[in-house]
Amino acid sequence: MPEKRVIRVLIAKPGLDGHDKGAKIVAKGLVDAGMEVIYTGIRQTVDMILRTALQENVAVIGLSILSGTHLSICEELMKKMEKENLRDTLVLVGGIIPQKDVHRLKEIGIAEVFRPGCMLGEIALFIQNRLAKDTG
Amino acid sequence: MGEESNKKSDPKGKGGEEIAGLKETNTGIRVKLFYDPTDTPRFNYETSLGNPGQYPYTRGIYPSMYRARHWTMRQYAGFATSENTNSRFKFLLNQGQTGLSLALDLPTQLGLDSDDPLAKDDVGRLGAAIDSLKDMEEIFEGIPLGKISTSFTINSTASILLAMYVVTAEKQGVSPDQLRGTIQNDIIKEYIARGTYIFPPEPSIHLIGDTIEYCIKHVPKFNSVSVSGTHICECGATPAQGVAYPFLAGIAYIREVLNRGYPIDEVAPLLSFHLIAGGAQFNFFQDIAKLRSARRLWAKIMKERFNSKSEKSMQLKFSTGGMGSGMTEQQPLNNIARIAFYSLAAALAGTQSMNLPCFDEAYAIPTDEAIRTSLRIQQIIAYEIGIPDVADPLGGSYYIESLTDFFEKEISAEMERIDALGGILRCVEDGSIQKQLARQAYQAQKKFESGERIKVGVNRFRIDEEDRELEVFELDPQTLSRQVGRLQRIKAERHQATVEKALEALKAAAIEKTNLMPYMIDAVRAYATVGEIVSTLKSVYGAAQHLGIF
Repeated sequence: MPEKRVIRVLIAKPGLDGHDKGAKIVAKGLVDAGMEVIYTGIRQTVDMILRTALQENVAVIGLSILSGTHLSICEELMKKMEKENLRDTLVLVGGIIPQKDVHRLKEIGIAEVFRPGCMLGEIALFIQNRLAKDTG
Repeated sequence: MGEESNKKSDPKGKGGEEIAGLKETNTGIRVKLFYDPTDTPRFNYETSLGNPGQYPYTRGIYPSMYRARHWTMRQYAGFATSENTNSRFKFLLNQGQTGLSLALDLPTQLGLDSDDPLAKDDVGRLGAAIDSLKDMEEIFEGIPLGKISTSFTINSTASILLAMYVVTAEKQGVSPDQLRGTIQNDIIKEYIARGTYIFPPEPSIHLIGDTIEYCIKHVPKFNSVSVSGTHICECGATPAQGVAYPFLAGIAYIREVLNRGYPIDEVAPLLSFHLIAGGAQFNFFQDIAKLRSARRLWAKIMKERFNSKSEKSMQLKFSTGGMGSGMTEQQPLNNIARIAFYSLAAALAGTQSMNLPCFDEAYAIPTDEAIRTSLRIQQIIAYEIGIPDVADPLGGSYYIESLTDFFEKEISAEMERIDALGGILRCVEDGSIQKQLARQAYQAQKKFESGERIKVGVNRFRIDEEDRELEVFELDPQTLSRQVGRLQRIKAERHQATVEKALEALKAAAIEKTNLMPYMIDAVRAYATVGEIVSTLKSVYGAAQHLGIF
């Protein structure tokens, strides 16, 4: 039987906003779901996040954005990921994201957007299913 | 809470054990089915309560409470540039608001000018952008600063904003001693919960000491610190921690100024607190009792530990606010009911000032309609349903008094626990408080997910809301370029040599550890920018570390 690899996740808090309760809750929830999680801490630039993602060789990047800056941050990140050949890394976004922006985020390659009221189990399940599909 | 259940008094009936036993509330506190005189064995009207306006101020800090004057109604507002914020302020004043509460954008809160590459996504987004005195002057254009009180949610850069407010007032012909309002200026909770710290703790607290000292001398009607429990609660603190930590922080700031040779009764009256009534862990009666107990405990601390002789030091002034974490994205109109209960609890607890969340909180910063609705809720409570007529109407209730005793004990115990671990600063620097709150927040989330903790419309009573879409605030995409343009104009028009001289003097004062406020005032008067002042201080103080712990 092939050895099951532990999923590595980077939870990142881009931008200037310092409200990171949600980021920390998701980080703990994914650890409880059996994943390895690195949390960047607050006030990260896109470049800092990419550097950590590369160093830590993560399969998933989860961005927590509450300040309304999601569109520009995600556009910058996705462009730079393309350049860095990180197209296979799954990018998820959580936070205060209006419904009308979800479509646009998915268009530029965000795999899923988790909005207020979502459950930790949904996030973990989404990651597991998606990665199973990609490798299977 | 309460040592025994009511089982004895209700032994009969099916499921009597469970129904009459202790029940765990949404805050984790266990309560009895009903309360009676045995639950407040040490109750003594004079020492436990006193009349409103009398020590220990359990019933409120003023003798006539809301009959003399309602709480100050201010909704947190401000966005984009100074013109936008000025017109929103005028709109709110026209709607009957009685004080202003200025929201600043994150670059201003973090000491970055609007043309800083790190600021580009955030300029004017969550509050007004202030780069120089010019912005402050325009925000308050046509608003008489001698007649209005203004609250600034600003921390790391509070001293700069205070300097700008003082100079703006001076230009309106208003002297500093007439100014009323509050700067939040509470750095400890930024390390714990809100994240807008710039410098390491020690120089940050020194700077807070400078602002308090300056206010004692020149701006005596201004609350130079608003020590905040709300953000800490939003971040996972228990109700008792939400009072204990701001009390410990407040005491740390007070000691900073006492060490400079000021007597307690000149320092303590300049502190106010910002405490929570509402939010994700809201429990109607517990929040009211907690705030009553906070007043009683603070009065005792001031009198017994600090030998205060002045009523003004012993009277715990607090505003209530925050609470956005209680708002849901699902069925957003339900939030209006929640806001009304938060507001009612705050009024029954005798708050001095209220700012409420808005029903579109989970979508974006509020629209005019959402912000007006929150103001109307305050007005309905103040004018329509008889709440202000009687002070502390719940005083004497067995349950409320028993809860008040309980919280006083819990808050004291938590303060002692942190002091035994080396004090609040130590516990913030090593991240132990942050870790504990993250753990508690996670446990709360799990209780919500298991259905043990109910949120109406989210994990119970859900409806299919595929089409739900509120009208949401949109930031004008030209904001960044407009604000950067303003900044460039100011830099071109100002006298550069004066700016440089002022910044050099500021740096020298920071190295010498003399009070920086006079130097700040000179610098802002010369139109030095927030970013320039902060860079100058950073070159002396260094920068705080981010802890990536969870």
